[in-house]
Amino acid sequence: MSLDWKQTDIVFVDQPALGAAERLYLPQIWGGMKTTLRHMFKKALRDRTVVQYPEQERPLRVEIYRGVHRLNRDEDGRVACVACFMCETACPAHCIHIEGAESPWADREKYPIKFDIDELRCIYCGMCEEACPVDAIELTPEFKLVGKSREEMIFDKEKLLMVYEQTKNLKPRKDPAITGYPETGHRDRVP
Amino acid sequence: MLKHEYNPHSTSNDDVVTTRLDKLVNFFSNTGPAWARKNSLWPLPFATACCGIELMATGASRYDIGRFGAEAMRFSPRQSDLLICAGRVAIKMMPVLQRIYQQMTEPKWVISMGACASTGGVFDTYAVVQGVDQFLPVDVYVPGCPPRPETLIEGVMAIQRMLDSGELKNSAERGRGLRMVVEPLVQVAVPNSAAELR
Repeated sequence: MSLDWKQTDIVFVDQPALGAAERLYLPQIWGGMKTTLRHMFKKALRDRTVVQYPEQERPLRVEIYRGVHRLNRDEDGRVACVACFMCETACPAHCIHIEGAESPWADREKYPIKFDIDELRCIYCGMCEEACPVDAIELTPEFKLVGKSREEMIFDKEKLLMVYEQTKNLKPRKDPAITGYPETGHRDRVP
Repeated sequence: MLKHEYNPHSTSNDDVVTTRLDKLVNFFSNTGPAWARKNSLWPLPFATACCGIELMATGASRYDIGRFGAEAMRFSPRQSDLLICAGRVAIKMMPVLQRIYQQMTEPKWVISMGACASTGGVFDTYAVVQGVDQFLPVDVYVPGCPPRPETLIEGVMAIQRMLDSGELKNSAERGRGLRMVVEPLVQVAVPNSAAELR
């Protein structure tokens, strides 16, 4: 296939001649600097940009933030997990390890005797929370977590339950009947 | 002794400058190196993936890492003392990272930032190093994918706390020397002299 065009189809466009003001370049520089200076002083004077982090924190939606995991307790104080392995199956990073055992309670068949999450391997995607049929595993708005060894960053069942005790006032457990949260608002408005 | 008689070894209240200097010297000899190093960490950003973007955000104006004295990001390992390993490291990249670590001057610290650098994260493959701590002495692990800038600041503050608690030793004395070493199989012949070079 050949391109079917004629020389007369081509339109040559000349560059427009610069006027006196444009040849001076100063109005253009001023026009650009006006934008720069406006942003500079807007940021410097009106908005305080820097978040003074350890003393001051940005607001956070506690319902939807995905931080460190926790393992919920139900109304009777038992661990809510039923060891169905749904979260372990859904996890894309394979960071959850569960060992189930026969439950001592009548209303469920199994419960976890071991529940380990490698917080370093986890990518905090929230798939475990989505997969959980009893809303037992949840992600908290807690992100201030660093570790000095890989061993201490593997959270076992006791530690995950401890995270629940520490964050249950900030973010109460989902209501399994409706699978949602009551309104808890931003973190900086929580008492 | 007369009150204003000169005595070079006097520590009486008259020698204001001498006593204050003494306090200053004591301050620096007791807390000086740790205090100075703690407040002037110079990071080397080894950013290979999306954690590097959060590392840049930590250096930018909202989470100004310069508030902790660590704003001088140096891309030369000779000038830096804090290696922030951000992002996944392929096994072919590991000798480079180790060479960079060995070129850094003591004392030096390593932050393993993010899931990939710490454990490999979702990349459980033969090509990705399952945690740089198999090859590097990591001091602080920062979880997240990628971590928030606040979490990285927590990691820098953890390094500062380690410095405060008197862990101002070199990495071998801290028991965190290189444990495994990957050396490239093909060694580049380094000429000893200009004659050999020709």
